[in-house]
Amino acid sequence: MSHSSTNLFSPVLAIFQSENPGAALLNFVKQLVMPVIGILVFLLIWDIGAKNIHTSLGTFPGPVQVYEQTIGLIDEHQAERQKEQAFYERQEKRNAKKLAKNPDAKVKIRPYTGKPTFFDQIGTSLVTVLAGFVLASLIAIPAGIMIGLNQPLYSALNPLIQLFKPVSPLAWLPLVTMVVSALYVSKDPMFAKSFITSLVTVSLCCLWPTLLNTAVGVSAISKDLQNVSQVLRLSFMTHVIKIVLPSSIPMMFTGLRLSLGIAWMVLIAAEMLAQNPGLGKFVWDEFQNGSSNSLGRIMVAVLVIGLIGFMLDRIMLLIQKKVSWDKTAVLR
Amino acid sequence: MTTTHLELTGVDIEFPTPSGPFKALDNVNLKIKKGEYISLIGHSGCGKSTVLNIVAGLYQATKGGVLLDGKEVNEPGPERAVVFQNHSLLPWLTAYENVELAVNQVFKGKKSKAEMKAWIEHNLELVHMTHAMHKRPDEISGGMKQRVGIARALAMEPKVLLMDEPFGALDALTRAHLQDSLMEIQNELNNTVIMITHDVDEAVLLSDRIVMMTNGPEATVGEILEIDLPRPRNRIELADDPQYNHYRAAVLSFLYEKQRKPEEGGAAKPAKEKKLAQDVQDTPEIAAVSAEETTESADKVKAA
Ligand SMILES: Nc1ncnc2c1ncn2[C@@H]1O[C@H](COP(=O)(O)OP(=O)(O)OP(=O)(O)O)[C@@H](O)[C@H]1O
Ligand SMILES: [Mg+2]
Repeated sequence: MSHSSTNLFSPVLAIFQSENPGAALLNFVKQLVMPVIGILVFLLIWDIGAKNIHTSLGTFPGPVQVYEQTIGLIDEHQAERQKEQAFYERQEKRNAKKLAKNPDAKVKIRPYTGKPTFFDQIGTSLVTVLAGFVLASLIAIPAGIMIGLNQPLYSALNPLIQLFKPVSPLAWLPLVTMVVSALYVSKDPMFAKSFITSLVTVSLCCLWPTLLNTAVGVSAISKDLQNVSQVLRLSFMTHVIKIVLPSSIPMMFTGLRLSLGIAWMVLIAAEMLAQNPGLGKFVWDEFQNGSSNSLGRIMVAVLVIGLIGFMLDRIMLLIQKKVSWDKTAVLR
Repeated sequence: MTTTHLELTGVDIEFPTPSGPFKALDNVNLKIKKGEYISLIGHSGCGKSTVLNIVAGLYQATKGGVLLDGKEVNEPGPERAVVFQNHSLLPWLTAYENVELAVNQVFKGKKSKAEMKAWIEHNLELVHMTHAMHKRPDEISGGMKQRVGIARALAMEPKVLLMDEPFGALDALTRAHLQDSLMEIQNELNNTVIMITHDVDEAVLLSDRIVMMTNGPEATVGEILEIDLPRPRNRIELADDPQYNHYRAAVLSFLYEKQRKPEEGGAAKPAKEKKLAQDVQDTPEIAAVSAEETTESADKVKAA
């Protein structure tokens, strides 16, 4: 973290400190000014373009409308929270009164059932994507290691992997929904069915990059290190922990980052199609709603989806830098 | 010192290749006594590493076999520790942890935690690596890595120490340092050692016997030269020692007169060929005879 923040400001300092201000200035322009110019040009084109697109729901939202809608969504969220708090306060008072009259009375605490706000939907999507990603990784990493260590197993499974890898989440979704409905029956479910459906769909789709990259990383362990392991007569587990895992970490993380990216994309699509709570549902609801604000609000969602996807990747990169033993490798 | 400790009998090996089986070794016989220091020398590609890998248990002989203290060798194990040419340290572990991995494997249940720690540190001290023992391989020099590799092998207390060109990738000065370190350690521990080398000086300086291999394919033991120089040996004093120079000349004459380098392998390892060519010029008895060949291989080096 500290490294990237110094990166951001060091060009500015360098202009004043450097013996060659010209070159430092050029560097500054490249590192900071260019991205800002890029964004400004984009906003300008977006603004002009938006004004010229007329839809049945009004003109396409430009940057200004999107900003207004963002503020609107934040206000809505805060209002909803206040309502919720008021609801619980009322309920508490009522229960207290009841208990004062009759200490043996049974008091119920009803949960608040307001409409989830934009930010609630973000939370739901994040929890779902992380759960799906973790589940997929828990399956893909051990499976990838086994496949990578075992050439015949790899040959046996490779056609299946290649077959399932390109399947779109939308194709899985109906099957997953039906199977989850059939199998996940309990009176007091810990998780909502919709959550399980989204999670399984996400896992199924984002399993493959981690699986394949881990397998490739594992099978590419240097012959020398394998010889060392043999001479030391390392047990299977020690071999995996001390040699296989560390040497396949770079490939594994390449896979994990691809997987997380796919997981995020898949989740939004799955939520839209299955009407499962989350950002995808928010977009779909707004589309169905069709008010004059809808397009602006969808646009906010689009930008937020992009931003979250970007942040998820950065977080993975940070973790990768933490666990990577090769500190000289350039990670981006 | 009298009984046979390690014995190779009638070892053949064939590698399956797309164009049929390739017979790399043919009837290799060798008897090694306990505490003996053996060098294997021969032209590139003749099969030295293959011999070493068979003793290590990493390759299986097609015919014949290896006996260590009367027991057949057919899988790798820590009693036959290997020092690999390119150190083969785990890059994600520090020098200490690399040695620790080996010590844990060999002495688990036999030594207490404190004893193991002391043993690891003792071995790193033997190779003069105490100062950098908590550094990772990418933070230390090539010579230091090789030292750690040797410490790792020594720490296993092997019955036989196998070294495949342990100093091949190092510059001459570092190599000389490590050779001196190794002689010191050998004085103290008196291990049984098989070392592959391309360096004639190194072979004569360190060995009790030099095993010279014929060219492949179907390589075998050509000549064995007993090096009867008193220990401890000092490279500077030996430089003027007629006996020492006689041994050198014997090895060089085997390599350059009796076993001329086959054509195709010449350009493959230019650095090593250059080193041998240099040896030839340094030795007056040989220089005259093989001047022609020397220029020839020097040309090859340039061409490569
Ligand atoms: N696994 C293998 N499969 C097929 N051929 C092999 C294999 N290992 C070695 N060979 C062949 O056996 C011969 C001897 O190889 P080896 O590595 O033992 O030579 P070397 O004497 O150690 O050479 P260098 O000095 O260059 O290390 C070579 O011709 C090589 O191509
Ligand atoms: Mg070799």
